[in-house]
Amino acid sequence: MASGIKDKVAILGMGCAKFGERWDKDAGQLMVEAFDEALVDAGIDSSQIDAAWLGVAYDVVNLGSSGIPMSFALRLPNIGVTKVENYCASGTESLRGAVYAVASGAADIALAMGVEKLKDTGYGGLPIRTLGTNLDMIGIEGSGPGNFAQLASAYRSVHGVGKDDLKRAMAHVSVKSHANGLKNPKAHLRSAISIDQVLNAPMIAEPLGLFDCCGVSDGAACAIVTTPEIARALGKKDLVTVKALQISASNGWEQQQAGGWNGSYFHTTRIAAARAYEEAGITNPRQQISMTEVHDCFSITELVTMEDLLLSKEGEGWRDVLDGVFDADGAVPCQIDGGLKCFGHPIGASGLRMIYENYLQLLGRAGDRQLRNPPSLALSHNLGGQPSENISAVAIVGLANA
Amino acid sequence: MTTGILSFGAYIPRRRLSRSAIYATNAWFAPGLKGLSKGERAIADWDEDPITMAVEAARDALTGIDRATIAETILASTTFPFADRQNAGIVKEALTLSDNSGTMDVGGSLRAGTTALLHALGSSDGRSRLCIAADLRLSRPASEAELLNGDSSAALVVGQGAVIARHCGSHTVSVDFVDHYRAAGSDYDYGWESRWIRDEGYHGVLVDALKSGLAVLGTQAADIDRVIIPLVMRGAVASVAKKAGFRDGAAADVLLEQVGDGGAGHSLLMLVAALEAAKPGEKILLVGFGQGVDMILLEATDALLDLPARRGVAGSIARRSPDSNYARWLFHRGQLDLERGMRAESDLKQPATALWRERKGVMGLVGGRCTRTGTVQFPKTEISVNPNDHARFTQEDYPLAERRATIVTYTADSLSYTPAPPLYYGLIDFEGGGRMKVEFADVEEGDVEVGRELEMVFRIHAVDERRNFKRYFWKAAPAATEA
Repeated sequence: MASGIKDKVAILGMGCAKFGERWDKDAGQLMVEAFDEALVDAGIDSSQIDAAWLGVAYDVVNLGSSGIPMSFALRLPNIGVTKVENYCASGTESLRGAVYAVASGAADIALAMGVEKLKDTGYGGLPIRTLGTNLDMIGIEGSGPGNFAQLASAYRSVHGVGKDDLKRAMAHVSVKSHANGLKNPKAHLRSAISIDQVLNAPMIAEPLGLFDCCGVSDGAACAIVTTPEIARALGKKDLVTVKALQISASNGWEQQQAGGWNGSYFHTTRIAAARAYEEAGITNPRQQISMTEVHDCFSITELVTMEDLLLSKEGEGWRDVLDGVFDADGAVPCQIDGGLKCFGHPIGASGLRMIYENYLQLLGRAGDRQLRNPPSLALSHNLGGQPSENISAVAIVGLANA
Repeated sequence: MTTGILSFGAYIPRRRLSRSAIYATNAWFAPGLKGLSKGERAIADWDEDPITMAVEAARDALTGIDRATIAETILASTTFPFADRQNAGIVKEALTLSDNSGTMDVGGSLRAGTTALLHALGSSDGRSRLCIAADLRLSRPASEAELLNGDSSAALVVGQGAVIARHCGSHTVSVDFVDHYRAAGSDYDYGWESRWIRDEGYHGVLVDALKSGLAVLGTQAADIDRVIIPLVMRGAVASVAKKAGFRDGAAADVLLEQVGDGGAGHSLLMLVAALEAAKPGEKILLVGFGQGVDMILLEATDALLDLPARRGVAGSIARRSPDSNYARWLFHRGQLDLERGMRAESDLKQPATALWRERKGVMGLVGGRCTRTGTVQFPKTEISVNPNDHARFTQEDYPLAERRATIVTYTADSLSYTPAPPLYYGLIDFEGGGRMKVEFADVEEGDVEVGRELEMVFRIHAVDERRNFKRYFWKAAPAATEA
């Protein structure tokens, strides 16, 4: 197996725009907002960047095609700018490009940016788009909630969990994220909610109600990465390094092989997590991982992801959720920044937003929501697609000596 | 060899709209319709049309029949979805019949169903023919037709050998009697006064034709056990039967109470119902009326007793979902312009190239089976999905449409646009292998759960309203409990 990228790349600086319904800014302006914060944090200027990656999922309602819109918006010094798209995992995908460029020695300093401008579409939820020529003939244009809601139907059946029990555990996921988001000035949704509010909300896609679904937001987030040596030469003392970065894409097995996948978990997340733990040298995730930011596009997604990341035993994630294991004061806090649920979900930016929070927490810069137990290893999980076919990205960052 | 009917099938959409619900809305405007406001009429769902209904009736008729024996598919209708793209050809693809078989559309008159049957019976090559009729006629709100019509389809397999009903002869009269008409491109019929239609059309043209036809056929009205006269005007069947000399009780029920007038297919639908009730040896006279009269004399045989069980008309009538939502039906027929929202704005253009390339999978639900590992999958691909053996170029055609399936995952999606919210869909496993993510049809609330058994149905997948093109594909419907 490849030796991996553990500790070969350090984060020099990060930035994140205020997420939300940003009627005031277009995608380029959102990128500038995140980029300027990252430049100050990194202590460099844009002429020092050797290569850049842009993650964005809905190009038609955002920027148009190619990496050029970012090169224009940030006035990058005519370097290579690569646009990547991998559904909702596009943010982590852009970071992978930048990290690999630095790890290979092809670039000293690289930029990874993720952005999405969703609130120019005219309606809530994600924009409708073609599934592709063949799938338009035989596929379903299901909504995000509809696609992910199916996890719940299978989870109940596979693990013998009652409808009400699972619905209550899902509600706990959302209540916890709202409580966390309340403390985050950059979060889109900043309001506490109650279990009853979640349980009584209008149904979006059975069994997901309104509060089981994340916000649809505008936003941008970015990371500037370099080698640990260069970072130290630039005066950085507390280094956050990349411990692992793994992406796994479905190849059709879940969706096409009868009797294989049972519909209650993410096949790719289990694969990406196993590879990431190996790359980072983690043998007991529940003990070693300090905190997580996972892809809580829907409450049920977060719940089953706890099992896929080996933070809960299979079939017991719902109990751990109800026991508060992933609450802010729990054993492995999850979504301490509010998550997709409350920080918001500008598709291309989300993977980098998760890592932004992990980075701030590791450096003790998270303000009111700073975890009491200083974290050393933080995991982010960024998922694109739907349960039966998806891209799952797992990134682990940590203190250089962790 | 004896020529006749080898098999029959029927399809009536499960939703039955209460006529009193229609009348309740329109009584302020047309109180005179009260007399027609009893019983219920069959209504097609938003994703059904004469083609999809024909496919379902044909599948029923093909129960126990080797599809390779079908030499021709004949589809009769006055409401073909396509004016130039053979409608019977779409049915043929859905049924995965041989490319080396014929197809023909027959239209232009409510007599089209019997005319199609005459063509099939008259073909002399001795091979089997699939004769289907289906109509989905639009009617203006607050019209008599709205209350009298009912959407349905019937199908017959015609040929030689072990026929269930022997063909004893036929006769046709053609006259341009315009009781109603529908101009090309129009949505609605224009009809003349019913008293004139009854006196001159039914008691005149039809009764005269029956009398002369029976003479040509060398039989007498009194010898006919069942006569099928597809007229839904009140009292018309009884008076025609009496004037033509048929025995009391010989005239078949017109199915108005439970179904409604099925248009070009109604004579065949009534014939299927008659065959379900007939005993060997009974003589059945089938009549088609529309700018003339078709008469087809049949005699039930002993083979009728050995016909494998099927849905038929009786089963179709029993598979019933009572409905009183008149507004939903108007919307589904394009007669109520509801605000559909931005999610309904997608451009649904169908590349003709891709449809041709994928026609077996899309139209026929033909998947692939790896000849090395036996893995079944949909769609068929060059490299097998089996993770233990990604065998290359080993897949043979594997039809899935007639296989039952069970639900692995599902949801009821209230966010996605569908004309019939919520949108039900999920992942299903086929008996014997194969899995797909698919839309569900005909779901009753509460009748969907992991493990629920399903059967596949041919439906409209999407409509490109900008270019007037319908995309057809398969959906999964909760399986009938009797199977």
